[in-house]
Amino acid sequence: MKYSTFLIKYAEIAVKGKNRYVFEDALMHRIRLVLKHVEGDYAVTKSQGRVYVDCLSACDEDEVIAALKRVFGINGICPVVKTDTEDFESLKEEVVKFVDDQYPDKNHTFKVFAKRARKTYPVSSMEMNCAIGEAVLEAYPSMKVDVHKPEIEIHVEVRESIFIYSKQYAGPGGMPVGTNGKAMLLLSGGIDSPVAGYMIAKRGVKIDAVYFHAPPYTSERAKQKVVDLARLVSRYTGTICLHVINFTDIQLAIYEKCPHEELTIIMRRYMMRIAERLACDNGCLGLITGESIGQVASQTVQSLAVTNEVCTLPVFRPLIGFDKLDIIALSEKIGTFETSILPYEDCCTIFVAKHPVTKPDAMIIRRSETKLADVIDELVEKAIETDEVINVI
Amino acid sequence: MRAYLDNSATTRPLDKVTEYVCHVMKDVYGNPSSMHMAGVEAEKELRGAREAISDILKTEAGTVLFTSGGTESDNLALIGAAEANRRAGMHLITTKTEHPAVLETMKYLEGQGFEVTYLDVLPDGRVDPGVLSEALTDRTVLVSIMHVNNEIGAMNDIGQLARLVKDRCPMALFHTDAVQSFGKVRINPKKMNIDMMSVSGHKIHGPKGIGALYISEKAKVRPVIFGGGQQKGMRSGTENVPGIAGLGLAAKLIYEDIEESTERLYALKEHFIRDLTELPDVSVNGIPEDGGGIKSAIRLTAPHIVSASFAGVRAEVLLHALESKEIYVSAGSACASNKPSVSRTLQAIGLDKSLLDSTLRFSFSVETKQEEIDYTLSVLSEEIPKLRRYSRH
Repeated sequence: MKYSTFLIKYAEIAVKGKNRYVFEDALMHRIRLVLKHVEGDYAVTKSQGRVYVDCLSACDEDEVIAALKRVFGINGICPVVKTDTEDFESLKEEVVKFVDDQYPDKNHTFKVFAKRARKTYPVSSMEMNCAIGEAVLEAYPSMKVDVHKPEIEIHVEVRESIFIYSKQYAGPGGMPVGTNGKAMLLLSGGIDSPVAGYMIAKRGVKIDAVYFHAPPYTSERAKQKVVDLARLVSRYTGTICLHVINFTDIQLAIYEKCPHEELTIIMRRYMMRIAERLACDNGCLGLITGESIGQVASQTVQSLAVTNEVCTLPVFRPLIGFDKLDIIALSEKIGTFETSILPYEDCCTIFVAKHPVTKPDAMIIRRSETKLADVIDELVEKAIETDEVINVI
Repeated sequence: MRAYLDNSATTRPLDKVTEYVCHVMKDVYGNPSSMHMAGVEAEKELRGAREAISDILKTEAGTVLFTSGGTESDNLALIGAAEANRRAGMHLITTKTEHPAVLETMKYLEGQGFEVTYLDVLPDGRVDPGVLSEALTDRTVLVSIMHVNNEIGAMNDIGQLARLVKDRCPMALFHTDAVQSFGKVRINPKKMNIDMMSVSGHKIHGPKGIGALYISEKAKVRPVIFGGGQQKGMRSGTENVPGIAGLGLAAKLIYEDIEESTERLYALKEHFIRDLTELPDVSVNGIPEDGGGIKSAIRLTAPHIVSASFAGVRAEVLLHALESKEIYVSAGSACASNKPSVSRTLQAIGLDKSLLDSTLRFSFSVETKQEEIDYTLSVLSEEIPKLRRYSRH
């Protein structure tokens, strides 16, 4: 018995009201996209508040499940056996065979969950529960019924066809990407920003990204690393439009004209300004950063406030209350950690002062920035002109 | 203009070599061990290449083994000789400036119970015969000293050092890693008392993935790769026929006019060093002090490697600045902010700490043109002041 169908369960979408179809359609769209990368032909359909993936050709079940596990909005993935048997006696036999296929070791407790969505079926769900349970017990005397905490749940659902399933693989949860607008992720080569992008995308937000490149201080390999990170994140978020901005001249100007201990904070303010410009030009409704309170000098509450004041778009900081170890655990889970720790310099580390300000005063920072007044507008325009767009799929 | 000055990393294969490798790959695809004509023809290629190399080394054909490259040659020489002779003694000698292919293999042998002495080198990178002499004991079975250092181009008087070993410990074997000197100077292992010598294909305009190990017929060495018994059981595995043919041809072509090209390289090096040291705060490493003037001192070093330190400039940044002008060089020590790996050679010659991360290697080949050198000098004189202005504290 080979599975031909996967039942997709979703949690949060189900509580939506009249616009529920918007979320379901987005979910189906995302499922179709990820399955394009899996060998085989698939049909994704919606029926009676459920989404099904039918394999139309031979498929590798593990690969399909792995792909579906990366689709936000999915809560559970159940490999389902679909049967056209209408006769209840032969249905019982199918279930018995199904149990044998799935659980070679029969020392388990179980419970049958029958559901008769098609009310014309002659046997009621209560009757089905009893009769199927009995058939299983008879076939495998070492199995026991436990209606409170069964080790195995055997689901039999009578719909247009009859579905039998038992195992459920956890999906990532969240909402389908594309149902909640678009935001611009400030992506560095570090551990945090890819995780931040992942977390916001999980709430249904489509992601664009910006990387600040500083040749010759950062290398081609550092840039390639960011492209690789974007690619890893895009497995969850779908295509990411990555903007690479040449930031060297701005950085050198700041280095030359502003106090060195304020360098990082001023640099980050210009990054935010440029990111906001790019966001507005590309239809993004917010910015995303990987900041977490107190992690480094530029992420103290004072620093965050000073960085934040330069933009009007909302800045989403999903990691704000996370410890570094929690972030690392998440980055390992989503598969970006190994790439994040490759040893290439990024532009945040090259000009770091020995003792950067940790409690910057907005007034003082603004005054320092006036020293850039005669060049900065032109430099910012020039930097935006260097925008190299890479569509990461 | 483009200047490829990283020939100690790898060289461009000669067109004739590429064509010949292609031809052998396409037309002479037989297995040299096969008994039929196709096998015989492939074997002919092996014999041709082996003879080409033994002609160059002025030694019998039977003593050249083909390997996957310099690293494997070093591994086979050291492990094979140490283990075959362990009854005679468990003491090995090498230097602190060897290539990792030797140093890491020695570390492995230490784990196998051997005692290894790592010789200090002179400030110009050469081994002091007196230091070697003191290190020799009657338990010494193997001495491995590189001919030309890959990072700074220091060139040992291998004949003198090997003579010394033979006088003091007639039973000890002498190995030299000649990966950087083969194809640059004439080497005669027999006359120079060399028992084993490693060479590599891609450093002499041949293909990658191919190397050779010369073993004198007197040396007792056991294999480290086991299998079908190819190459008299010393290096099992079907021979890489196209690679071997390419290596043979490259060696032959390079040695056709070796005296002339060595002269030309020395002239280039002299010119480069003279102009380079005219730039402020630039120093060149590995040139003997007692050489009797710069011109004759340079003759005591390899003709194709120049190691230079640029005070106040970070090597990686300068490397990328040169890269943006299509000049390709190596950093004497790869140092990234989160993974410092300081060059052992530069440390061993006692280079000032502040210069460890400010050192680049320029390496030439027969294809290097005077214009490339001049172009590099002019770019250096432009970039260095710029980068010094923005140096990190």
